[in-house]
Parts: sequence; C-alpha cells; structure tokens
Amino acid sequence: MIAHFPILVIVVVLLAAPIVPLVGRKNWVFGWYVATGATLLSFLMSLSLLNTVLTDGRISYWLGNWEPPFGIEYVYDPLNAFVLVLVSFLAFMVAVYARKSLEAELQPDRLTPFYSMYMLFVAGLMGMVATGDLFNVYVFLEITSLAGYCLIAVGQKREALMASFTYLILGTIAATFVLLGIGYLYMATGTLNMADLAQRLPDLYQSKVVLTAFAFFTVGLSIKIALFPLHNWLPNAYTYAPSVTSTIMAATATKVGAYALIRVMFTVFQPDFEVTVVHVTQVLIFVSSVAILAGSIIAVAQTDIRKMLAYSSIGQIGYITLGIALMNEIAMTGSVVHILNHALMKGSLFLVVGAIVYKTGITHINDFIGLGKKMPVTMAAFTIAALSMIGVPLTVGFVSKWYLAIGSLDAGMWYLIPVILLSSLLTAVYFWRVIDNIYFKKPEKENADEQTPPGISEAPALMLVPTFALAALCVVFGIFASVPVSIAEKAAVMLLR
Amino acid sequence: MDIIISASPLYAVLVSLLAVVLIGVSGKNPNLRESWTIVAALIKFSIVVSMLPKILDGKIIEYTVFTMMPGLDLALRVDPLSMFFALTASLLWIITAFYCIGYMRAGKEKNQTRFYMCFAVALSGALGIAFSANLFTLFVFYEILTLCTYPLVVHKQTPEAVRGARRYLTYLLGTSIAFQLSAIFLTYFYAGTLEFTAGGILAGSASNTVITIIFVLFVMGIGKTAIMPFHAWLPAAMVAPTPVSALLHAVAVVKAGVFTLIKVILYVFGVDLLQELGLGVALAYVAAFTIIVASIMALRQDNLKLRLAYSTVGQLSYIIMAVALLTPSGITSALIAVMIHAFGKITLFFTAGAIYIAAHKTKVSELDGIGKQMPFTMFAFTVGALSMVAVPPAAGFISKWYLLLGAFEAHQLVLIGAIVVSTLLNAAYYLPIVYAAFFKPVPLGEGTEMHEAPALMVAPLVFTAIGTLVLFLWPTLLFDLAKLVLASVMGGY
Amino acid sequence: MIEFILGKYNYWICIALMMVGFYGMIAKENLIKKIIGMNIFQTAVFLFYISMSKVHGGTAPIEWHHAVVYDNPLPHVLILTAIVVGVSTTAVALALVIQIYQKYGTIEENRILELNRIEEEKNLEMNG
Repeated sequence: MIAHFPILVIVVVLLAAPIVPLVGRKNWVFGWYVATGATLLSFLMSLSLLNTVLTDGRISYWLGNWEPPFGIEYVYDPLNAFVLVLVSFLAFMVAVYARKSLEAELQPDRLTPFYSMYMLFVAGLMGMVATGDLFNVYVFLEITSLAGYCLIAVGQKREALMASFTYLILGTIAATFVLLGIGYLYMATGTLNMADLAQRLPDLYQSKVVLTAFAFFTVGLSIKIALFPLHNWLPNAYTYAPSVTSTIMAATATKVGAYALIRVMFTVFQPDFEVTVVHVTQVLIFVSSVAILAGSIIAVAQTDIRKMLAYSSIGQIGYITLGIALMNEIAMTGSVVHILNHALMKGSLFLVVGAIVYKTGITHINDFIGLGKKMPVTMAAFTIAALSMIGVPLTVGFVSKWYLAIGSLDAGMWYLIPVILLSSLLTAVYFWRVIDNIYFKKPEKENADEQTPPGISEAPALMLVPTFALAALCVVFGIFASVPVSIAEKAAVMLLR
Repeated sequence: MDIIISASPLYAVLVSLLAVVLIGVSGKNPNLRESWTIVAALIKFSIVVSMLPKILDGKIIEYTVFTMMPGLDLALRVDPLSMFFALTASLLWIITAFYCIGYMRAGKEKNQTRFYMCFAVALSGALGIAFSANLFTLFVFYEILTLCTYPLVVHKQTPEAVRGARRYLTYLLGTSIAFQLSAIFLTYFYAGTLEFTAGGILAGSASNTVITIIFVLFVMGIGKTAIMPFHAWLPAAMVAPTPVSALLHAVAVVKAGVFTLIKVILYVFGVDLLQELGLGVALAYVAAFTIIVASIMALRQDNLKLRLAYSTVGQLSYIIMAVALLTPSGITSALIAVMIHAFGKITLFFTAGAIYIAAHKTKVSELDGIGKQMPFTMFAFTVGALSMVAVPPAAGFISKWYLLLGAFEAHQLVLIGAIVVSTLLNAAYYLPIVYAAFFKPVPLGEGTEMHEAPALMVAPLVFTAIGTLVLFLWPTLLFDLAKLVLASVMGGY
Repeated sequence: MIEFILGKYNYWICIALMMVGFYGMIAKENLIKKIIGMNIFQTAVFLFYISMSKVHGGTAPIEWHHAVVYDNPLPHVLILTAIVVGVSTTAVALALVIQIYQKYGTIEENRILELNRIEEEKNLEMNG
C-alpha cells in the first residue's frame, strides 16, 4: 500500500472527481464530504511521502511498472514532495472552508459540479508536481486549467464569465507554448522523461531547436504564473471568482506554475545552460524586479480588496522568480520557501476576504470600518497575514525576504535590496490602509451602521478555523523557520548541483 | 567574564505578555484589569532588580530562546549596558501604570482595555530591546515596539490622531525596513554574524566604503532616535494620550532608539573602527545640528506637549553626540543620560497631562500663575525643567557635565560651543514657563485656590521629580554600571 | 537556401497556421472568432507533431509484414491526448460564450468590456 502512495496521492483526488457528482446528486453535502475526505487523505499521504523522501532520498515510481523512459515515471525529491504537501494541505483547508462559503456564494445546483471540478483542479496540480514526464506535465496542466476556467466562471457577477474567458484564451496560448516546447525537445532528444532529457540535453545546448524549446517553455509558464507583464488574466480572475477559487488559485496554482518553471530550468535544463548559453538570468532578474515593484505599486491604487490582493500576488510571484534567477543556493532556498510562505499568507488573506463576503458582502476597503470589533478573530488573522506580507520579523514573510536579500548580496547584486525593501514598504502602505479602517477609523457618518449591517458577527467555525490556521502557520513557520528552510535548502542544493 | 545561563531575562520580557492575556480577559472589570497591569509591572521590575547584583559582580546572563534559522537566534543577554535601559523602563512602568489609571479614568477615555494591552506589549518590546543579544533579536523587538505603540498613538481615533499615527508609523516602520534592515542584511553578509560583541564585529570584514555605508544606514534606520531629518514623527505622535507620550515618547520608544544606536556603535562597529574612519565625529556633528535646530523649534511652540517633544528631540541628540564622541566620559554621559533624561522627561510629561486634566490647558501661554493652583505639579515641573537645562541639584547636570568632559577629551571645540549654546536655548524655553507659573498673576476669572489633578496622577509625578533629585545625590549605581560597560568596550578605563 | 525553405515546407505551414490562429485569438473582437483562432492555433501544433514523426519512406506504425521502416508512433499518441484536450477546451470556451451571451446580450469583446466599465463606474458612485 505504502509503496503505491506516489500514485495514490493523486488518484485519490482524481477518482473523487467523478464520485462527487454521483454521491452528491441528491444533496451536495455528500459531495463535500467526499471532496474533503479525499484531500485529507491525499494530504496525509503526501506527508508520508515527504517523510520518506527526507529520510531515504529520492523516490522513483514506475506507472504500471513500465520502466522509464518507455513508461511514465513519477519522481519525488525534496522539492516536489515539499510542494505536494503544500498543495494538498491548502486543498484540504480550502475544502473545509468551502462548505459554508460556497453555500452562500453559489446557486445550489452548482455546488456539486463545483466540488467535482475542484477535485480535478487539485488533482491536476498534484499531477504536475509529481510527474517526472514532460508530456504528463502538459496533460495535468490542461486538466487544472480546464477545471480552473470552470471554477472561475461560476462567480456571482457576470464579469466572472469574461474573466474566465480571458484566462481561457491566455491559458490555452500558454499551454500550447508548453506543448510546442515539449515537441521541440522531443524532436531534439527523442525522449520525454525529465531525467533522460537532463542527460541528453547538455550535448545539444547549442542546437537552435533546444533554444526554441526553452523559449517556449519560459514564456508559456510565465503566462501561467502571471509574471509581469504577462499577468493580464489574473486580477479579474481573482476578483470575480468565488472566494474559494481565488484562494486555491492564489495559494497553489501560481505556485505549481513556479515549480514547473524551476523544474524546467534546473532539472530538464541544467543551471549552466541558463548561465552560459542563454543568459536568461539577467533578463529574469530584471523582469522579476519590475514585477515586484509594479505589482506593489498597482496594488496601492486599488480600492477593491480582492484586486489589491491579486496585484499583490503579481508582486509576490516576482519574489519567487527573482530567487530562481539569482542562481545561488541562498536565493533559491528563499524562492522555494517563499512558495510555501506566500501560499500561507495569501491563502489566509483570501479566506478572510471570503469570510467578510460571507458575512457582509462588501469588498470595498472603505466599507471595512469597524469590522475589527465585529469579527475580531477573522481580522486578527488578516492582521497577522498582512504583517507577514510586509515582512515583519517572526513571520514567514521575513524569512523569505531574508534569504532573498542575502542571496542578492551573495550574487553581488546589492541593488536588489532596495527593490525588495521598497516593495515591503509599499506592501505596508496598502495593507495599513485596510488595517486602519478595520481597527482605528471611526465611522464618518452618523448612520454608519448602514454601511456594515448591524448584527455582524464572526463567520462560522468551519470558515474560521482554516482561516486562522493558515494565519497561525504564518507565525509558526516564521518562528520555527528552520523546518521549511531545511527542506528548501535541500531542494536548492539538489537543483543547483 | 562569567556567563550565567538563566531564563530570568525571558521571564522579564514575558511577564507583560502574560499580563496582556489577563488584561484582555478581564476587560469587563476595570479594577481587576488595572491591578494586572500593576502586578505585572511590579514583577517585571523585581525580576530586573534581581539580576542587578550579578551584573554588578561583573557577570553576564545569557539565554537562547530558540534558533529561528541557521545564523539567526532569538537570544537574550543581560549586561551592564542593558541594565541601564531595563531598569529605567521597568521602574517607570510601575509609576506610569498608576498615572495611567488616574489619567484614563479622569479623562473617561474609550477602548481602555486595548490601551492597557498595547501598553503591556510595548513594555515587553522595550525589555526585549534592552536584553537582546544580537541584531536580529533587537530588530524583532524594535518592530514589535513600533507596531504595538501604533494603537496607543491612534488611541483617540479622530482624523487628527489617525494622521499623526500614520506619520509615526511611516517614519518608524519606513526607516527601520528601508535602512535598518538593509544595514542588518549587509552586516550579516559581511560579518557573517549578528552577535553583539564588545569591540565590534565589522572590523576588517569589509572595505571602508562599505562600513561607512552600513553605518549611515544604521543611523538613518534607527528612526526612534529622532535624529534630524527623521524627527517629524515625535511631534506628530503627541496626539496620543499624555501617559503614552510620557512613557513611550520620553522613555520606552525614544530610549529604545538611542539604546539601539549605542549598542550598534559599541557592539557592532566598535570604538576603534569608528574612530579610525572618523564616523563618530561626523555623527556628533549631525547630532549637534539636531540639538540646536530642535531647541530653536521648541522655543517657537506654544503647545506644551509639542515643546516637550522638540525638547526630547534635542535631548536625544545629546545622548547620540555623547556616545559618538567615543571617549570614556562621552560614553559614560550617554549611558547615564538614558536614565537621567527619562526621569526628567517623564516628570515633565506627567505634569503636562496633569495640567490638561485639572485645568484643561494645553498651551504654554495659558500657564500664568498656575503654580498657585497646582503647586505640587509645578514643583515637579520645575525639577524636570532644571534637569533638562542641567542645573544642579537636578540629575541632568551630571550627564551634561560628562558630555562636556567627553567633548574636551575628543578636542571638539565646536561641539562644546554647540552644547553651551543649546543649554542657553534650553533655559530659554523652559525657565519662562516656570517663571510664569509661579510669579505671574493668575488670569482674571480664575481662583487662586488649590486645584490639583487626582492624587493618582500627582503622586507619580512628585515621585519622579524626587527621583531626579535622588539621582543627582546618589548616582553611584549609574557609575558602577557605566564603568563595567566601559571596561568591556574600551578594554579598561 | 531555397532547399532549406522548400525542404521544410511542412514546418512553414505549421508556423503560418499558428500565426493565423494567434492573430485570431489576440485581435478578433468576436468571441467565437477567438475560439476559431484558438482551434487553428492548436491544430497547427498538432500538425507540427505529426509531421515531425514522419520517417522518410516509413509506413503507418501498424503491424504489417511488408513494413521495413515505421513512422514514429509516439507523437501520434501524444497528439491524440492533445486533441482531446483541445476539444475539451473548445467545449468549455463555447459553454462560456453561451453564458456570456445570455448575461450580456452580445459576444463582442469591446462591447462587453464597455458594459463592465459602466457597471464599475456605477459601483464607484454608490461607494461615494
């Protein structure tokens, strides 16, 4: 049984996708039970996988017992076991949260299909993370994307449809680029197995075909992770999708995209390809810096909290790619650990927004006045996550920034430190406006109670617990940072060896 | 140098955090809530005092709380230098706790539970700064102090308060993230450690240019020192209730700033390195500029609290100048001034609050004859003012005396001139208040009968005023501690 | 040079088709035309895979005793998957367009964006 965890971890969720509509035909609650149970099971299995990887090293699982490169191989190393735990954990948390939130935000007949799509979405993400086969990455990428379009489109407002359509067009371009890249690599090497590719590619680094493949991969994946300026689809998608969708996408989808980028850049291609052949690192450093600043600056200008968080995500993606581009172990550690950290912070923030929407329906930050008194626990979670985004020490945000800054110095690029710190300041600006409104501003008008309807209280426990748990983890992993950092360090060493 | 491993500094820091929980739980019952504050303050002070004999014995107490990441420990260390700040903050918290109760109840303020909670966190922050064993720990508590004082400053929640508090936060958080954090990054990168070490950790690890940059970043990054041009938050923060201004802006926050700077100068750069690069003198000149300008600004203020705020800006720069001289007397002056100025300035703020509560006056020009109505308060004010001007028998005289000695030792005639001029300016903005209070006639329509603030407010301010005099008469403890510090950072003296 | 151009004519066709599709996706206002562009775009990539698998003189990759050289079957299989993906994407896209038409009454992108903008301004006014 344990020997088959590498595949079961995904199959459990994938199988849940058709089971959900079967059991949820009469009552969606059963669908919810299946979805939550499947994600929980999967989370536990991925924990066990991570544990095995950390103690015994790399796991290679042959699908259907076909020896690679003829069969598909699933590979677990510190990097993807780490990301897998993250994805399955967040999927579970969000699934728990979803019950109440979706009940309020969706029409009843859409609940069961939503959970089914949610399962597909998560399964796709986990598949992308686990597989050691390049074409498999494409298949899972499309599974997630297709499920993702549906998850966005069911948003309450009609803008959600258009947001979903825009994402569909851009997402298809991205996925087709990836498909092309795979085609080129296959043409040059005759294999699709990542480990095989890694062995055969170094002799072909000068080949135009390989260069083209690399270009298609980076551009395609950059669209998927919404790297500025390829971020157009993201703000509307996060804003108009149901809160559950925004959360799971912000917390995991872009992270898995970043993981895929890391895989392509450092496992399929080797680090010296980027350094000596294509010189992509300088470009990526520049683009990341612009992304970090632009995301933060545009976020400052937003008045809708979900748009603000969306642009903030675009900035945060810049941190991850910055750490990738710096090409040293410290920065790479920062990047990998930021995948976790940002997922926790942004996940928690989007869940808070979902709770506010659930209780009041407001998303405009000027209407948040007085919420601190009415929803103290939710707002405490928001404050913790916001402080973490700013990078206050003892939160996870500080850990990422620390590694990225020291990594920049290590690469001799001291001028990146102002970029990182400036974006921290901008983050402080746009979050502090919200915190001021929540806690410290008095309602301007006498009839202020009309703005926030009277009798607002805390969200139900099913929403509160995941929200607060993620916020609490921001502090726990901020204090005991050595736990994720040690895994990230292992991953970084492996990638850059 | 003996090192004792003991968790008592951690308990000293945590006591007030525990109090936060208790205060929060008993928010419905004001008497119980306030008694938690006082109990915590007393326990905290006694823990600090209990460590004092060991420190005077030349021992050092260390405790590593946890390792956050490789190279980054949250660790505490009690040495003579930290005792200056810890004693000041924990003793004055007790007094302020009483004063707060008087002030907040007399003023019928709202959100008192939040107020006391944040106050207690602030004290944890202050003690954490005092006891931090490395730059990282210091930075953690520095930020905690900034963030938890924000609700205190914004307490009234009026648009004006929000504006003032925003500025407060912008300056403190902004400088600490933009400059201090980059300085810490650079220090860690070049020195490979953040541990406070007597004699410095940076010497020889980087080029002179880099060290100069790091130094400038630190000076700019420790915004709590209110050195110009990063002083504007201090007057802005005067929108806070007076006890907050008193404890935080005369004691905890600004002292945290100068304490951090002293620590960085002595334990990160080291006296020798700064002397070699001439950075100490440069900083001393900036401080001298700040002193003169702040004094002139203070002269122009009619609002009593604002005048006190600008006076604080100037007084802090005395401390900065003193340590920047890098001479034994200068450092001594800086160390003892941490406590002496705290006693003097808290007295002045307490009186400002008492005047506001009892007579509803906030302006200097309204204080004619108030000495007859509030004799105790104005007696205390006089003592505080004398301490600021440095007239014996107020303790301020001692620190300024050593400052002058230090300037002579460093052969800085210009600085001596600046000190003399600024002393005259100090006199010019404090003594007229005293004169007006006692010798000018009471304005028409006001009685001359005694009308003091509640006893819970008057007793603390008389106590701190007496404290200011006591420090002048028996400063032995201060000098004993200062000698220990000098012995470690200058290799004997 | 001419040989280079003519000899790889299959790739040139793929590229041309791709660009046609790409143009349709980016530049067309009508959402259905965008979907058509998307299909052309994807098909171009499918053709690219298929033509890449052609081995000179090879037969279809089926068990046949006369065959000496086979075409490479793997890309065929891969592209079968990709075609399925393409069909699903088209299905989802068309479903979306139907919904959009029901909610907006139009499938012209610029008109839809305008409607969105109007609604957003209305919301802003409501918020003061």
